[in-house]
Formats: sequence, structure tokens, C-alpha cells
Amino acid sequence: MAQSPTPPGPLEYLRRWPLQVWLLGVGTFLYAPLLALVAFSFNDSRRNIVWKGFTLKYYAKVFHDAALIEAFANSLTIAAISTGISLLLGALAALVLWRFRFPGKAGLDGALGLPIVVPEICMGVAMLVFFAKVLPWPQGLVWPLNLGAIIISHVSFSFPFVAVVVRARMASFNRELEEAARDLGAGELQTLRDVILPHMVPSLIAGGFLAFTLSLDDFVITFFTSGPDTVTFPVKVYSMVRFSVTPEVNAASTILIVLTVILTAIALRLQGNQVAAAAHQPVERG
Amino acid sequence: MAVPIITFENVTKRFGKVVAVDNVSLSVEEGEFFSLLGPSGCGKTTLLRMLAGFEMPTEGRILIDGQDVSNIPPNRRPVNMVFQSYAVFPHMSVAENVAYGLKIEGVPAPERRRRVEEALDLVQLHGLADRKPDQLSGGQRQRVALARALVKRPRVLLLDEPLSALDAKLREQMRTELCTLQEKVGITFMMVTHDQDEALALASRCAVMNRGLLQQVATPNDLYEFPNSRFVADFIGSVNLFEGVLAVDEPDQAVIRSADLAADIYLDHGVTGGRGTTVWAALRPEKIELSKYVEGVGPPVIDDAPAGSNSVRGIIRHEAYLGSESTYEVEIPGGRRLKVLRSNLTRWDQEDFSLGETVWLSWHACSPAVLLS
Repeated sequence: MAQSPTPPGPLEYLRRWPLQVWLLGVGTFLYAPLLALVAFSFNDSRRNIVWKGFTLKYYAKVFHDAALIEAFANSLTIAAISTGISLLLGALAALVLWRFRFPGKAGLDGALGLPIVVPEICMGVAMLVFFAKVLPWPQGLVWPLNLGAIIISHVSFSFPFVAVVVRARMASFNRELEEAARDLGAGELQTLRDVILPHMVPSLIAGGFLAFTLSLDDFVITFFTSGPDTVTFPVKVYSMVRFSVTPEVNAASTILIVLTVILTAIALRLQGNQVAAAAHQPVERG
Repeated sequence: MAVPIITFENVTKRFGKVVAVDNVSLSVEEGEFFSLLGPSGCGKTTLLRMLAGFEMPTEGRILIDGQDVSNIPPNRRPVNMVFQSYAVFPHMSVAENVAYGLKIEGVPAPERRRRVEEALDLVQLHGLADRKPDQLSGGQRQRVALARALVKRPRVLLLDEPLSALDAKLREQMRTELCTLQEKVGITFMMVTHDQDEALALASRCAVMNRGLLQQVATPNDLYEFPNSRFVADFIGSVNLFEGVLAVDEPDQAVIRSADLAADIYLDHGVTGGRGTTVWAALRPEKIELSKYVEGVGPPVIDDAPAGSNSVRGIIRHEAYLGSESTYEVEIPGGRRLKVLRSNLTRWDQEDFSLGETVWLSWHACSPAVLLS
């Protein structure tokens, strides 16, 4: 069918070839490695260099690898607990910085961002020194208490992210809402629960998922704080790769990717609803 | 006399070095529609917020029903507020918003439901109980805020610039409704506004504030016709002000001699100032009459003033036709321009004043308000 295409409009960059090439390039470098990883998890070859045929046996192997399963369970536990603590600390820090004026506020504000900008390797070494010299975490505790050192270190780098997200959200809070609640008879805590917290919810969800994924895939800091009994998934994968990149590593990684994608999708969905609802609330000020 | 419902006793509020409210004493009687009026930053909102409990006075006391509330937090004061942004809780439905205060108070559910319904009826929002605030218009949100405050049956309802966020037509309508509402519920209203029209139209009494100081407390009529200072005269409506000295000051007449005006201003009443006092004559634009100038013939006598005719000649320099009225700027000898307002009483056959025309300006001997400060 000979259809003469309309010439691209002034802002239709996507219909011009240079941008299409650019997009293709970006897409390739972003997703091709991931696709390769997933594809080779089905490769029926021990050395995993050339394609030998389709198999699911490495997935079966992953599910029977007790050490890997344990590492995975450790990772999920650490992520869950550190996310909970990070949410609490981050939200409180954000509230304090948003709500009050006090001496040293600027300092605290800056210090809060420190774990975000300090190179991870430095954080890792710092944690290693801290748990070796300053506060040795007792060895041989029962699970999950033996993960304490890792959890603490994860909290220390993920709660600032929560604080930043929550604080950004609170900037859009209309202080008159708080005063209205007080005016209608609510005490400080009731106001927090009934008016401020509902406004914070979207940022808590976003911050929570941020903290969870940061914890789940953290390698550097965990590497310095984990012991032989407390191996996490990324650390385990790393040790497996040191011998050889087997399809088993690919399979494990694929499972982690799928899990992360599902979690992110849920987060976006939850947040999308909240944000959409919030966006509908027009700001009217005289 | 009954105890006033609200009393401010020498209330001062400082924010650091800034004095927001300066030694204000004021009392409001039960059932009044009281309005705090003033330019932005005059302290009126601070005064209202102190009454609500969001600010504490630096000095002085605030009494509600004769009880000192200066140190009582906002949630335990018998007043409720309608906020400028309405502050309707976005995550609650209309009914939940209105019920919130009652829920906190511990009112049992059946009574709560009944009172919420009553309140929604009062502000004509029945049928919208399940809507979320984002599905409401600005005017409807304001009604929610009103219902939410009124349902608590406060001793005083506080309104912070209640109409400023509405468009002109809706504002007019809400003005009338607020008046009716106040008559219906019989609660004392205290409103802050910077809009003098709003204050004059709604309030039974107004307090005019400037730079933290109370300038005048009076009925709208008195504020307009008997301002006590140049600030009030100038802030309420528009005015032509002449500085002068009292040349004559007797019980039944007075004369003000002003350098700005070619003629003396004759008054048919005395001024408690005494000869030689500096005073200001405030003449409202609508109280000046325009008439055609005829060479050698004075203006029509509009007053049997004891002496003088209270008239000057001028040239029309600017004219604006506003429909119901027209405004003129008339230049008098000496160069000053006076504002004159003329109602368009008939559809045609009006005396046609045109730009550049020489006219007579004249006024009654009782028209100028004499100000001592």
C-alpha cells in the first residue's frame, strides 16, 4: 500500500533517523546484557560460552543449592528488616527537618546526605573497622540475629534515601491542614496520625522500595560486613563467579531480576494510585 | 453589660524584633459579625491566629467568655476556623471531613451522623457527602470547611480571608450566604480580610489595623463617614484629602484654610481643635457635585451654608465611564487633581461633561470629614 507519510512535525524528533539510531543504541546497551544473561541461564552447557541447547536444569540446580537458598533467604531477611528500620528512621528524620527549627539543623541536613555521596567502598571499610574495633558484633548468634551487623550497615546507607524522598513529599504539605486538625480538637499525635501520615504514604512506599532494592542488591558494603555464616545473595553470586560463570549463576540472577521487576511494578502501581490521587488535589492559595 | 465573648487585653505579639500586633485592646460582643480589616502585614491575621491558639501573645491576655485562654492549646479552645486555603483533608470524603472534629471529641456515631447531615444541609452540600475534595469546586470546598467548623458548635467562628480564593461572581454570592448563615446559626463570626468592600458588606463592626496598631473600631457606616484618621479615611474607599489649618472654629461653624485648595472649606459644625490647629479635610468623591461652568455665574447653591459656597473651579482631565457611575479627575487651580464620582441616574439627557471642560466643583458644608491625625 503506497501511503505517502506526512513529514514529521517540528517536535516529532522520534520520527527522525538520528534520534531513532540513538534510541536503538541506548536500548541495546541497556537491555542486551540483561537479555543475554537471561538467555544463557537456559543454556545446556557447563562452561556457558557457546549456545548448546535449551534446558531448565540449572534452575532446578539453583533450587537444590542449599547454600544459595540460604544466601537468598538472608538477603530477603536483611532487606525486609533494614527497610522497616530505614522507613522509621528516615521518616522521623524527614519530619524533624521539615517541622522544627533548631540549632545545627543545617549540619544535620548535610550529614544526612553523607551516606548517599560517600563512596560505597569507603562506607564498606568504615563498617568493617566499626564492627571490628568499635562495636564487635557477637559471633555465633542465632539466625537472624547473626545478620545484625549487615542490617545495621544497610540501614545506615538506605535511611537517608528514605529521608530525602519523604522530605521532598512533605514540602508539598499545606501547613494549614495540620492547623485545621488541631483547630478541630486533635492533639499532636492525632494530627500526625490523621493528617500528616496520610500525606506521607506515597513517599513511604517509594522510599521503602528504594531501601528494599538498595539492600537486596548491595554487594560492596555487605562484602565487608558479612562473615562465613552470613553470606548474602550478591556475595554468594560473586563467590560463585570467581570459579566460573556457570548457567547456575545466570539462573539465580534471572530469578533476582524477575523478583525485582515484580516488586517495582507493584511499587509503581501503588504509588501511581497515590500520586494520581494527590495530583488531583489542586493547591489553592490566596 | 454582659461579658464580651472575646476580649483582647493589651495584646502584643513580637516575632523576633518585628512587632506584629502592638498593644491591642478590643472586645467583641456575642452574635456580632466582626471584621478585622487592614493592608497585608498589618497584624490582623496574627490577631486571629492568637485567638485560635496558633500563636501565643508575647504580652497581654486573650479572654473568651471571660476565661483567659492565652495558654490553652488550639485543640481545647471553643473556637473553630475556616482557613484561607480551606485546608479540607484531601484523603477524607466530605462527610469524613465534617465528622472529624466530632470523632475526636468522642461524639457517638449516630449523633455524629445526624449532626454531619445537619451541617451539610446548612451549607447546602447534601448529596455530596461521599465525594472526595478533589471532586469539588473551590466554592464547594469552602462550604465543606464551613460545615466542618460549624458542626463543632463553636463559640466563635474564625474566618481567614474566606472569600479571597473565589472568583468575583462566586464571591458576591458567598458574601450573601455568609450573612444569612450567620443570622441562621447565631454564632459570633470573626473575619479577617484585606478587602474593604467585603468588610463593609458583611460586618456589623470592623476594626481597622495598620502596622500592628488598632486604628479604629466602628460600624461600617461610621468607618466610611466618620473616619478617625487619614489612614482609615484613605484605606476605606477613596478620598480627597486636604491639609489645612482651622481659621475659624466656633460651636456651629468652622473654616479650614488649605494651601492645596483655592477656596476655604466652610463647615456647618465646630471642630474640637481650636484655631490654628492643623487638620485634614477628607472629601469623598461622590460628595462632590459637578456642574457646568458659565462665565460670571457661580455654581448653583446646593447648600444654605452659613458662609462661603464651598466651590472651586476645575478642568476635567480624565474621565472613566463605569456603567453605574462615572469617575472624573478634575484639576483645580494650583494643580491638584480631585477625584469626583457621579452616578449615571438616567439613560440619556445626562449633562455631558467632556475632557478639558471647565466645571464647578461644590459640596455641602457637612460633607468633609475633619481629621485631627
